[in-house]
Amino acid sequence: MIENRPGLDFLAHLVLILGVAIVALPVWIAFVASTHPPSAFVSGTIPMLPGPDLITNYSRMLGSGVSSSGTPPVSTMMMNSLIMALMIAIGKIAISMTSAFAIVYFRFPFRNLAFWCIFITMMLPVEVRIVPTFKVVADLGMLNSYWGLSVPLIASATATFLFRQVFLTIPDELTEAARIDGAGPMKFFRDILLPLSRTNMAALFVILFIYGWNQYLWPLLVTTSSDYYTIVAGIKRLADAVDGVPQWHLVMATAMLAMLPPVAVVIGMQRLFVKGLVDTEK
Amino acid sequence: MASITLENVGKVYTGGTRAVGGVNIDIADGEFIVLVGPSGCGKSTLLRMVAGLESISEGEVKIGNRVVNNIEPADRDIAMVFQNYALYPHMSVRQNLAYGLKNRNTPKPEIEKRVAEAAEILQIGPYLDRKPRALSGGQRQRVAMGRAIVREPAAFLFDEPLSNLDAKLRVTMRLEIKELQKRLGTTSLYVTHDQLEAMTLADRLVVLSAGQIEQIGTPLEVYRKPASTFVAGFIGSPAMNLIDAKAVPHLPGTAHAGTIGIRPEDLSVAADGPIEISVTAVEELGAQRLVHGHTQGERVTVALPSDSELSDNLRLAYRPGALHLFHRETGKRID
Repeated sequence: MIENRPGLDFLAHLVLILGVAIVALPVWIAFVASTHPPSAFVSGTIPMLPGPDLITNYSRMLGSGVSSSGTPPVSTMMMNSLIMALMIAIGKIAISMTSAFAIVYFRFPFRNLAFWCIFITMMLPVEVRIVPTFKVVADLGMLNSYWGLSVPLIASATATFLFRQVFLTIPDELTEAARIDGAGPMKFFRDILLPLSRTNMAALFVILFIYGWNQYLWPLLVTTSSDYYTIVAGIKRLADAVDGVPQWHLVMATAMLAMLPPVAVVIGMQRLFVKGLVDTEK
Repeated sequence: MASITLENVGKVYTGGTRAVGGVNIDIADGEFIVLVGPSGCGKSTLLRMVAGLESISEGEVKIGNRVVNNIEPADRDIAMVFQNYALYPHMSVRQNLAYGLKNRNTPKPEIEKRVAEAAEILQIGPYLDRKPRALSGGQRQRVAMGRAIVREPAAFLFDEPLSNLDAKLRVTMRLEIKELQKRLGTTSLYVTHDQLEAMTLADRLVVLSAGQIEQIGTPLEVYRKPASTFVAGFIGSPAMNLIDAKAVPHLPGTAHAGTIGIRPEDLSVAADGPIEISVTAVEELGAQRLVHGHTQGERVTVALPSDSELSDNLRLAYRPGALHLFHRETGKRID
């Protein structure tokens, strides 16, 4: 629909601006709050313009944290989150790609059963199986470890399904040409499938990284040592100041910092991400 | 270089569908054999069985006196050119050509030498560092052939390699393939549904129908002496007229035949001709015109010079010895 009507243009822009405002306003308020001294919140009004304490607040959170709430410095928590998110994203991609490879390219008994078993796990997210999963992780001695944080979240039916669809779009002739060219299954996987699903991997990586970064319930359960606190769970702990008023300026500073890595990943991989979702050229 | 022998080769799919049965072909070293037939006749299945992409359910396939029934495609010493080229989209032309050699642990200088040679032969030198998507259809086709050439295999297998090209390019590439094959002298098996392509390329034609061989012979043999009504109707353009003998009982020497075949180009207008047709349509081809009509309910096409006179009814005569007689029930040729 290509029409040139100034009125429509105005309306379209109005809607877009409204949408941006709705999304951006809370972020702005959080940012402003993170730049004020604690006294600014006592009055009950929310300041709308940045205050003088930007550097003080952020350096305090990154450097020492708030010992009274039992959380380590934000830098430690961010590192934990980063390791967990990367392990989840990379692990998920690796495992689901190989399982999709097996399902699409190998004829083994109960192949369909295997596929449907993987598919059914979609109905069992961590929240549903949280007690048995916790028991397993605890028995394996993985509480308070990066493995405990990430392994239960790695198995993924969605990603397996996505890669299965990607592999199904790769023409049979390409597989056959590779066979005639003397590429065995593993060589085919490495030389043909991997490069051809590069953009899909990138798109998936962005989604999975954010998924891993935003994990809240599971890290809250399996980490009791503050050395392994993740940032998202840490914000909650910060806000739960038992013996006093929550230090909103510090909570908001932490929240702002927690937003940065996902934003960085999205911006950094934007081009590949879009290509991976819309590109059909094979 | 090698001969290829197919002995009683058959393909039965699980579920019992028979795609190909009892195929015997002897392909001499350096020969260019074209498998031709309508879609679904099993020609591609046959080729894929030779390539090793399809298991062989019956009989034996030998490449250079070695039974290859249970040998992996990569070890059969064949190279295949696919209809959609099947170039690796993420590799440059050079990498595409080199991939098969690299997998066989060919030394690097040797790979470079062979790629350079193939690029020279096919005139794709300037495109070596491009990706396939930056090439035109004809160039992709050349790269696909280059991938076969660099391997220096015992045999080339072509699976309708020209079907994705436009008509003009198809004619050029057809000639190039022919010249290339003659120059390299590599045994070739070529599948097509286009009878013109088959006629022009083949040393010998194998005409297939419903998974069975109808006829094997040089293009001229098949054209001049089609072994059955199927071959008669399939080879040659415009297609041979196949007339029920009952419609023209007055033709001499046709009493025992069920079907009479006359090629459109063997017919001419003659005042005392034995066949009278009422004209229904005329197609101008420039050099000649095709006149369509019918006699006694049987369709007849005749190729006439473009300056010939036309009327609603034409009497036609045929060249002596131009009648092909076929058995009524079996459709086989009667000599």
